[in-house]
Amino acid sequence: MSQTRVAAPGDTVDAVRRDQRASRRGVAKHGKVTPWLFLLPYLVLFIGFVLLPIVLGLWISLHRWDYTLPGKPFVGLENYQDLFDSGSGIYSIFWNSMKATGIFTVASVPLLLVLPLLVALVMNRKFPGRNLFRAVYFAPYVLGVAVVGVLWRYLLDANIGLVNHYLGALGLPGDTAWLTSTPAVWVALVGVTVWWTMGYNSVIYLAALQDIPKELYEAARVDGASRWQQFVNVTFPGLRPVLAFITMITIIASANMFGQSYLMTQGGPGRETRTAIYQIAETGLRNFSMGDAAAMSYVLTAFLMVLSVLVFWLFRERRS
Amino acid sequence: MATTSTDQPGPVDVTTGPAEGGPRRPVRRASDEGAGAARSPWRTAVRYAILVLLALLFISPLVFMIVTSFKTRAGAAGIPPEWIPNPFTTQAYESILSASGTPVLRWFANSLIAALSNAAIVVVTSAMAAYALARMQFRGRGLVFGLIIATLFVPPVILIIPNYLIVGELGWLNTLAAVIVPTAASAFGVFFLRQFFLSIPEELEEAARLDGANPWTIFTRLVLPLSRPALATLGLLALLTNWNDFLWPVYVLFSPELQTLPAGLSTLQSANAVRYDLLMAGAVIASVPVLILFVFLQRFIIEGVSRSGLKG
Repeated sequence: MSQTRVAAPGDTVDAVRRDQRASRRGVAKHGKVTPWLFLLPYLVLFIGFVLLPIVLGLWISLHRWDYTLPGKPFVGLENYQDLFDSGSGIYSIFWNSMKATGIFTVASVPLLLVLPLLVALVMNRKFPGRNLFRAVYFAPYVLGVAVVGVLWRYLLDANIGLVNHYLGALGLPGDTAWLTSTPAVWVALVGVTVWWTMGYNSVIYLAALQDIPKELYEAARVDGASRWQQFVNVTFPGLRPVLAFITMITIIASANMFGQSYLMTQGGPGRETRTAIYQIAETGLRNFSMGDAAAMSYVLTAFLMVLSVLVFWLFRERRS
Repeated sequence: MATTSTDQPGPVDVTTGPAEGGPRRPVRRASDEGAGAARSPWRTAVRYAILVLLALLFISPLVFMIVTSFKTRAGAAGIPPEWIPNPFTTQAYESILSASGTPVLRWFANSLIAALSNAAIVVVTSAMAAYALARMQFRGRGLVFGLIIATLFVPPVILIIPNYLIVGELGWLNTLAAVIVPTAASAFGVFFLRQFFLSIPEELEEAARLDGANPWTIFTRLVLPLSRPALATLGLLALLTNWNDFLWPVYVLFSPELQTLPAGLSTLQSANAVRYDLLMAGAVIASVPVLILFVFLQRFIIEGVSRSGLKG
């Protein structure tokens, strides 16, 4: 880490501090208004584009809110009832998209938790070229989903794609329709996402691994712990807080999968890979049924909140 | 919150800090027999083989993207795929740069303006807010900070519909303001910079105050210059995020000439479904700036990302 670490303020400050032994007199004095003036620009944005929208979304979801029509009648919970009423037109559209999000999340999250950890464990050791490898693994992440989607649609092309070509060369089936048939399309979307974001999780894991005191490993070795025992008793407990964090952000990211589908499969085949967020955007921002779309986004968020509680409960500190 | 959040990103002493991976002190190395035995040449070879194979997996698609952008239309669709363009041509670039329906240069300029403005707003507003939250005492501080942190885990999907309406009310639909302003309230930015400010020794600010400096002077003349690396990290991350943002620009920017590069790539793809030479040229144009930033400033970027985990 030392080579990549951002110079800490202490580096320059320490020298100054030596001859400036000012006594600690607590927090600097300031007027009552000053803190709020410092906060003002941020709070304007925060309230206007984060807090207000959260409330406004709820309000919209209680109306039949067609962006293009003048009247926006209040309908109470009707939009929500429709989502749970199998007789309504939107029921199957919504739950198909939730199913797509579910499939993708369930398939991608475990891979995105385990593979980056393995990479981080291999990297958590000093060897020549380590920073280079770390940078290479991280590189796809800086590209953004648009480039990744356009690129992999080409590489996964059933006829002229690189993937099928090399699979064929290895004697494997070389004619899989990666983007137009299930379940291959899920393998493709999950695989591309792992390729794209694995480096991100690896970097977070690696930082956490390096924060585990070396003394703990030494003590474990003195006690005759095997490598596996060291992992279970030292590494894993040391990673727990970060594991909860990574699990959370990975679930949220996977549940918001959009670009891969939009660019590589256009939600197809049929509507198989049209995820919930994709459907919400289409319903609300293409067809302008904003009431329906807002209700959908609240139901999806409710699912995610239940999941978060579950994750934090799973990773809670267990006191023995 | 992670237990590490109190001492990061503090001034870690490079020589004794816990940050490095392998054994360092001679004492440790002597007692490290087990691991020493594991480091036989054979195992080293296997380790490097795995690392190199993995690196190829990550890098070769990018290389192929660049290679294809210099092929002809037929070359890009050729079987078997070739790793050296034959004939080598810049046709694809010339073609997309001159096509009127897909103004790539305009998209490039739009993306640049949007990403730079967004990053500037993120850094300025987060730094000011973070300083108040780190150093000033006032009623409601806990509430404000709590609210900001709570939104770190709010799924962005919930904001799409209402923000579209708000942006519409402001008259910003189909303008760059729509992709610059709404995403500028960065909860991560406030969190990240607050931690950094907390690690600066308070005595410095105290001394400046005794010299008669007011909070604004202390903030701009003392705290900000000391925080340059942290500000650079946050600015870079904001720049990358905005440059790569996809869903929101696709839906709020409709005119071809007003799109950003990611939204434009989607337009390019709809217009040239299987012209992979053109699509790869567009993808290269969208990637080159961020790849260059990454190559030269990767320590800031990777540092920022690893900190985000420590903050969890």
